[in-house]
Amino acid sequence: MSANPFAPSALEKRKKTKERVAEYVLAAITVSLIVPVVAILAYLVVQAWPVLRPSFLLDNPKDYMTAGGIWAPLVGTFFLVIISLLAAAPVGILAGVYLNEYAGDNWATRIINLAVMNLAGVPSIVHALFGVGAFVLFAGMGRSLLAASCTLAVMTLPVIITSTREALSSVPMSFREACWNMGATRWQTIRTIVLPNAISGILTGVILQVSRAAGETAPILFTGAVFFAPVADHGWESFFPYGLGDRCMALSMHLFTLATQVRGVSDEIQYGTALVLIGLVLAVNSFSIGLRVYLRSRKKW
Amino acid sequence: MTNIHIHFENVTVSYGAKRALEDVSLEIPEKQILGIIGPAGSGKTTLLKCINRTIDFVPGVKVCGRVLIDGEDIFRIRNVYELRRRVGMVFPLPVGLPLSVYENVAYGPRRAGLRDRHELDLIVEKCLRQAMLWDEVKDRMQMLGTKLSGGQQQRLTLARALSLQPEILCLDEFSIAIDPVTTMRIEDILRELKNEMTIVLVTNLVQQARRLADRTAFFSASRLIEVGETETIFTKASNRLTERYVTGDVG
Repeated sequence: MSANPFAPSALEKRKKTKERVAEYVLAAITVSLIVPVVAILAYLVVQAWPVLRPSFLLDNPKDYMTAGGIWAPLVGTFFLVIISLLAAAPVGILAGVYLNEYAGDNWATRIINLAVMNLAGVPSIVHALFGVGAFVLFAGMGRSLLAASCTLAVMTLPVIITSTREALSSVPMSFREACWNMGATRWQTIRTIVLPNAISGILTGVILQVSRAAGETAPILFTGAVFFAPVADHGWESFFPYGLGDRCMALSMHLFTLATQVRGVSDEIQYGTALVLIGLVLAVNSFSIGLRVYLRSRKKW
Repeated sequence: MTNIHIHFENVTVSYGAKRALEDVSLEIPEKQILGIIGPAGSGKTTLLKCINRTIDFVPGVKVCGRVLIDGEDIFRIRNVYELRRRVGMVFPLPVGLPLSVYENVAYGPRRAGLRDRHELDLIVEKCLRQAMLWDEVKDRMQMLGTKLSGGQQQRLTLARALSLQPEILCLDEFSIAIDPVTTMRIEDILRELKNEMTIVLVTNLVQQARRLADRTAFFSASRLIEVGETETIFTKASNRLTERYVTGDVG
């Protein structure tokens, strides 16, 4: 019987071993990334266990915030996020459309690109001071839900612009050319072919900013968030407690308050607040990823 | 005496330092097929882009000279979208828009303002029949255009180009990405269509020009070298370069 011509030589065996080692090392490193997240979550759950009941979410803070739940800050964060996205998403998406579909390669466009990039890198405390100057003082909003939302909007704008541009550029140029050759205007082409097919990428970008807006403390610190605001326990007012001009409580701010500003708060409440905050962020991000996977599977080309 | 439909008058097109077309003067008679042959980079696609002014989309482009359609300088007209509706274009690579087959063909008329469903139905059927695609898709009109085969997508592109009843049909190397059978079918379609519209056919398949074109123009290095009746170009070309190209000696 002749030797098997496909049998691996010594060199190939060595290469195969090296390949396996590389694969295992990289896989181990990747898995180790999950460890901190799991560890933090587990620690929080264990520490917050006594307060983890639905009433924690639904009750307002009581007894100078040493007891009760986190309803008021939760509602506050919810409204902050919604209003800031209502402001940032249309502006960001339309700016992304302009930059990707209309802007020519000239010095004005380059300046805009530079500005967007730099805005993305501004530290959040600087956003806070900008918010105080521009919205609280100059625009006369005073320290309010509106001013805080606008500050958050400015902070999330660059990422929305960038993810819109990426989503738009993933639509092949050949589609646009086919439409232009039939006499469609640029806007008709964008409205009928480009935007509908880029919407999945745009949505994921916007949703990711939800978790960021929910988690940031600095931008809302001086612009509208407060340590405590009385909120009704039941009824209509408990769902819409803050007017646009009112100061509000927020989850991220509340955690800071409990940890540093209030005496006598039990550990469980602090850990519980932290758990809710991180849980919210994780839930929103997971939803965004799931949405992206689902929309990608429905890709039309 | 046939009318001259399209007239290039000393047209020079440049992007930056590069010259895509150099002092081209060409008359294209109506309701005929003009074949345009020549090696790659000789300016053939640029010529087509001038006819429907999609050359405008090239950044930094400069066009000198005049392009007249029915005597009108198309670089001076106000509504360029109307011009693009009068000129149908088929590209080398088949493009199916990510819409249903029906919406693909209805796209042009809809953007032009047509809303009546019944009229759109008629146009869609007529154009799909003209493009010899009707039998294959009539039961699958809601299928995505991008899911058709290459040959079907190219015929879909042709149907889209015909949907606005253009006076001029431009084809840019339409057969390079499709099978020979579909190519033959489209060539038959073009022979029929030339009774209704002027056809400008850019091709790098010299024999295709010989089969289809009434007149043929030979381009090389951004210049028009020679133009004339197809048989003359292929048998008694006056320019040595033309002769060498059509016999396969160069290019």
